[in-house]
Formats: sequence, C-alpha cells, structure tokens
Amino acid sequence: MSTMTMAKALNAGLRRALDANPKVLLFGEDIGKLGGVFRITEGLQKDFGEERVIDAPLAESGIIGTSFGMAMRGYRPVIEIQFDGFVYPGFDQIVSQVAKFHNRTNGRSSVPMVVRIPYGGGIGAIEHHSESPEAYFVHTAGLKVVTCSNPNDAYWMIQQAVASDDPVIFLEPKRRYHDKGEVVHESKPIALHQARIVRGGTDATLIAYGPMVKTCVEAATIAEEEGRSLEVIDLRSLSPIDMVTLTHSVRRTRRAVVVHEDVRTLGVGAEVAARLGEELFYLMESPVLRVTGHDLPYPNSRVESDFLPDVDRILDAVDRSLAY
Amino acid sequence: MSQPLQPWGGPPGATPHADAMTASDEMVQLLTPEGRRVEHPDFAFTGDDAEIAGLLREMVLARRLDLEGTSLQRQGELGLWPPLLGQEAAQIGSGRAVRDADMVFPTYREHGVAMLRGVPVGDMLALFRGTSMGDWDIDEHRFGQYQIIIGAQTLHATGYAMALQRDGLIGNPEPDRNAAVLVYHGDGASSQGDVNESYVFAASFQAPVVFFCMNNQWAISEPSTRQSRIPLYQRAWGYGFPGVRVDGNDVLAVKAVTDWAMERARQGQGPAFIEAFTYRMGAHTTSDDPTKYRLSEETEAWRRKDPIERVKTYLLDAGAIDDGWLSDLDAEADALGEHIRSTCRQLDSESLAHRFDVLFREPTAESEDDRDAHLSYLARFEPLSEESAR
Ligand SMILES: Cc1ncc(C[n+]2csc(CCOP(=O)(O)OP(=O)(O)O)c2C)c(N)n1
Ligand SMILES: [Mg+2]
Repeated sequence: MSTMTMAKALNAGLRRALDANPKVLLFGEDIGKLGGVFRITEGLQKDFGEERVIDAPLAESGIIGTSFGMAMRGYRPVIEIQFDGFVYPGFDQIVSQVAKFHNRTNGRSSVPMVVRIPYGGGIGAIEHHSESPEAYFVHTAGLKVVTCSNPNDAYWMIQQAVASDDPVIFLEPKRRYHDKGEVVHESKPIALHQARIVRGGTDATLIAYGPMVKTCVEAATIAEEEGRSLEVIDLRSLSPIDMVTLTHSVRRTRRAVVVHEDVRTLGVGAEVAARLGEELFYLMESPVLRVTGHDLPYPNSRVESDFLPDVDRILDAVDRSLAY
Repeated sequence: MSQPLQPWGGPPGATPHADAMTASDEMVQLLTPEGRRVEHPDFAFTGDDAEIAGLLREMVLARRLDLEGTSLQRQGELGLWPPLLGQEAAQIGSGRAVRDADMVFPTYREHGVAMLRGVPVGDMLALFRGTSMGDWDIDEHRFGQYQIIIGAQTLHATGYAMALQRDGLIGNPEPDRNAAVLVYHGDGASSQGDVNESYVFAASFQAPVVFFCMNNQWAISEPSTRQSRIPLYQRAWGYGFPGVRVDGNDVLAVKAVTDWAMERARQGQGPAFIEAFTYRMGAHTTSDDPTKYRLSEETEAWRRKDPIERVKTYLLDAGAIDDGWLSDLDAEADALGEHIRSTCRQLDSESLAHRFDVLFREPTAESEDDRDAHLSYLARFEPLSEESAR
C-alpha cells in the first residue's frame, strides 16, 4: 500500500501495463520527453523507448486511425488525448471505425485500444480545456466508457482497461489529478464495469462519477451533520452501467440524485434516471433528480463555479427529493 | 519588386532535406542577423528607413505587450499566456502586409498582429483572464477570434476567401477593391487533417488565401521534424500552389514575401504558402516547462538572431534613428505597459446568466427557462432585499 496522487497512480498503472504486455504502446502528443502536459507518462519513454512511448504528429484523427491499424496486428495502443476538447478531430475514427469494427466483422476481429482523455472543468482553463464529452461516447454502441475518481481506481482501472479486448474510453478527472489517496497494490481490484458504494446511507442515493464523486462525498458529510444519511455511489463505468449496484441501493433509499459536470440534456443522468424509473417506478418516493452543468457551452473560467455542480446545488436537490 | 512568374520556392522534385530544421539558402532574407541589408533575386523591401523604423516600433511594442502578458500571468491576473517572444518580426512583418479590407485568421499567439488590427488590449487579455470568451468585434477589426483547436481556422479562412471570391472582391482593376485572407498556423498544425483539407480547398477553388505557417521549430515539446521530413514550404507544391520559406526573424523579408503573396491572392492568382522560419524563444505557454525537452544552447543560438536587435543595428548604422529616438520608444512601451496592467486589473466577467442570453440569436423557451431557473436559484442565496422582506 502506498499514498500517491491520481497522476502518479496512472503513471504507475501504465508502467505495469507496459511491463505486462510488450504489445502495449503509448501514443499521443507530447507524451515522450515532456511526459504529457499533465506528466501522466513521465519517465515512461525513457524506460520503455521511443518505439513504445510514441510522440505523435499533431493530429488526433491520425493518432486514432493509425492506432486502429496497429491494433489490427495485435498491438494495444493506449492513446493520450491532450485535453477533452481535442478529441473531436478524432471523433469520426472513434465512432465510425473503432466502435463498429468488432460488430461489422461479425465478431471476427476487434481493435482493442484505450483512449485516455483528461476531462472536466474547475481548473480555471481557457475554452476547450474543460469539456465533459462522455455522453457522446456512452451514446455510441460498441465503446466501453469508464472513469476513475481516486488514485486506487486510477491505478487498477487503467490496467484493466488496457487488458480489455474491447475499445475503452478512459476518462480522467483532471481536477483530481493531484488529489492523494491510498493505492492498494496487493489486493485484487473489483471488476472494471462495477460501480462502488463510496459511502453508505439510508435517506437518498447520490450517483456520481469522476470529478463529482468527491463533491458528493463532501455533500454527504455536510448532510450528515444535518441528520441526513446519504449514500454515495461512484459509477466508475458509464458504459455499461452497473444497474445491479444502483438498483440495490435505490431499493433501500427510494430516492436518487444523479450528479455530473456534463450538461443535463441527454447526459448520463438522463440514462440513469430512465433506467431507475423503468425498474423501480413503484418503489420510489420521488423522481430521480439531476444536478448537472447547464445546457451551455462550457463558460469562461471566471463563472465556471456557477456552471459546475457544487455542494449547495447537490444538497438543494436532496432537499427537493426528500420533500416529495 | 520582381513578380516571379514561376512561383518561387524550389522546383517540384527538389530533393527533400534530411533535416527540415535546417534553414537553407532557399530562405528569403533581406536583413542579416548582423543588421546588414542583402539583395534577393525575387524579393525586395521597397519601403524607406522611416517605414523600417515604424516596423521596429511595432515590434518593440508587441514584445512589451507580450512581456506584460507573461508577468500578469505570474501575478495571477491571467490564467494563461502564450508568449510571442521571438516571433515579433514574423508577426509584424506579415501583419503590416495586410490592408484594412483584408481578413486575418490568427492562432492564439498572434498578439502582435491583433495589436496592428486594433483589437483592444482588454479584449485580448479578457480571454486569458477568463472574463470573456475572447469576443472582440471580428468584422470591425477584420481579425478572427483566437483559435485554440489546432488548425480549425485554416478552413474558416479558406471559406472566407471563397466568399470574397463570390463577392467579386478579387482581380478587379482598381486595386483598392480587392481583398484577400491571411491565415496563421503553426508547424505543429501542419499535421492536422483540417489544415491539409484547407490546402486542398484553397487550391481547388483558387481561393484568395495566404497560409502563413509560423514555423517556430516547436509544437509544445515536439520538434518540427516530428511533423515533416521536408521543409514545410515544399509541401505547398504538392497541393498546387507556391511555397516560400522566409527568415521569420527578418521583418523586411517577411513583409516583402507576404506583400507578394497577398497581392497575388487579391489579383485572383490563388493561394500561396509562406513558411516563416523563426523560433519560440519562450515557453509554449506560461504552463509549460521547456527545459524538459530542449537545450538551452539552441535557445541561445536563436537569441543571436533576435528579430529586433538586427533592425535597431541597421537603423542606427544608417543614421535613421538615434538614442533619443530609442528612449522615446522605451517611454512609449512603458506607457503601453501601464495601460495593459491597469486595463487588465479592471476586467470583470459578465455573469453566467449572460451566457444563456447569447446561446442563440433566436432564443428558445427552453434556454430562457434554464436561465430563469438559474437566476432564481442564485436569488435564494442573496440576503433578503427590502422589497421581498416586506
Ligand atoms: C486539436 C488540438 N489538439 C491538441 C491541442 C493542444 N495543443 C495546443 S498548442 C499545441 C502545439 C501547437 O504547435 P504549433 O502548431 O507549432 O503552434 P505553436 O504553439 O508553436 O505556435 C498543442 C498540441 C490543441 N489545442 N488542439
Ligand atoms: Mg510551433
């Protein structure tokens, strides 16, 4: 067991993945000498060489499309997209090619690869550096989409994603990169697509992922002082969604609030709300509520705190849920 | 100035350079790093020393603007700043080849060109302070928004040029009726699909657009050799328009070459490509640490090719300026610095509610409801006003 930041945990996880399988390659802009703009790949080119930790020309479609070709010959590309807003030039290759390959080859072939994307806001950045693109990928059949919220998950989930035989979109909450936590090297991790109860509670379930897990835990801590017991679930996997863990929780609490930075319309919250409604309609005391980014382009950083869900907005939704 | 009939830049089939980083004698230079004027068979700077002094002044002011940006970021007044240090000649020389009626599409680093286009300093800083999305008046300044998505602006520029074409604003006998587009992109950007598609469209439609490739040798930590095995200007030939490499630290050469390319475009002779061979003296942005990936010897070698020093030397030697002139310029730069600092500190953001108002030209009931819900949520945190207390 050791304490480290999420950034270091990802680095350690990638190192293990490179060690475990000589077919694993890292591919992205500035990931070599610089170690990536967030230093997630720091030192890896030095240790694994330029053939395996590759600085790509500046072209996201090129990176994903050539990864597709390498994956056809058994390589396992792990791509770093520099910031969320820069994945879109490669979007066509992801949704039209990567996502569909296994299906259109009638199960004969697949192109396992991991597309790592630092995502989300709250870091005071300029435009295109704070996006939450998860819904586009969740909406695309044939992609698996996961996101870590803490160093231990980061360490294990990146290795599981690399080992997966399907393409995985791996979302990293950049505003949590420098948060520290314990990484348990010894024990076996839970399954990649399993959700996790972060904090037990009885009055309502907060469902979050990535950057918002921490915010939800803070909200639950404050609620406890006010005598309310909130359960917090970290989805971890956005596609598939672990409905077993969710329904198990909401069966007990009968109330749920989904929280994400991404905009509300057609976001992960909409999907979770619909599924909970379909499964637990008669049992629930109130409709599933959503606390999300507003239906706007991500705003200039001086007003991003009004855009992003925070403890107050979460507790406000909890109040409304309980008042039903 | 002689207008090359055969577009200049090395014949098709020129041997690719083993190292695209090496400046060759194919590079147009009119003023050496030592401040000596030299002749070139195809290009000449036609202005007088007074005009050169004007260029020097603008380069000095651009450098000051840039240094202020960096220091404001260090003081926490800006979130980020991408320095232009070292690229003053490339920016001012090209920016001065643009006429009012022409249109410019920048990257995020063309602060010097923005200044020439009259973009208010506050508008420029607001983007990096996070108090706006960088929304200067594009039509008034004929200067597009800064573009963060690498290369996207090259397609916009090409389309804008196609519109100029359709509006009959090229190839007119009255030169003042003609216009063209100047678009900047980096050496890194040259790899993007959008950029390559823009070359195809520009050539296919013979659009009046000039691609100004700011080859500052680096795309963050990646040397330009990661993007291209041949000098970038040679690529233009493959797309079907002329490419020229110019000493990007030589303001006279940059001005002469850009004048040529823009005038060609205005006259309806189609696109051209300029590779300005220059150097990013500073970090990529204030968040970057170049010591991780490049040697200080390299930066030192480029320091000796400083774009401003050579012009000063030339003008002093020619007796066109003196120390008094230079200290007046210093004073002007100081005043600009003061103006930048005070403007920056006063910049504030409109509220988030405003962003709902500018989501659509024709607002939807949905977006108005969203704004109202946001406002009424915020109102619950405000202290009770007299009216609501009553
Ligand atoms: C589509 C996209 N991918 C990646 C980035 C991240 N990024 C910002 S600047 C930059 C390097 C650009 O290099 P170059 O085009 O040479 O311009 P320079 O910064 O040197 O002026 C990169 C990779 C981005 N902004 N947009
Ligand atoms: Mg560059």
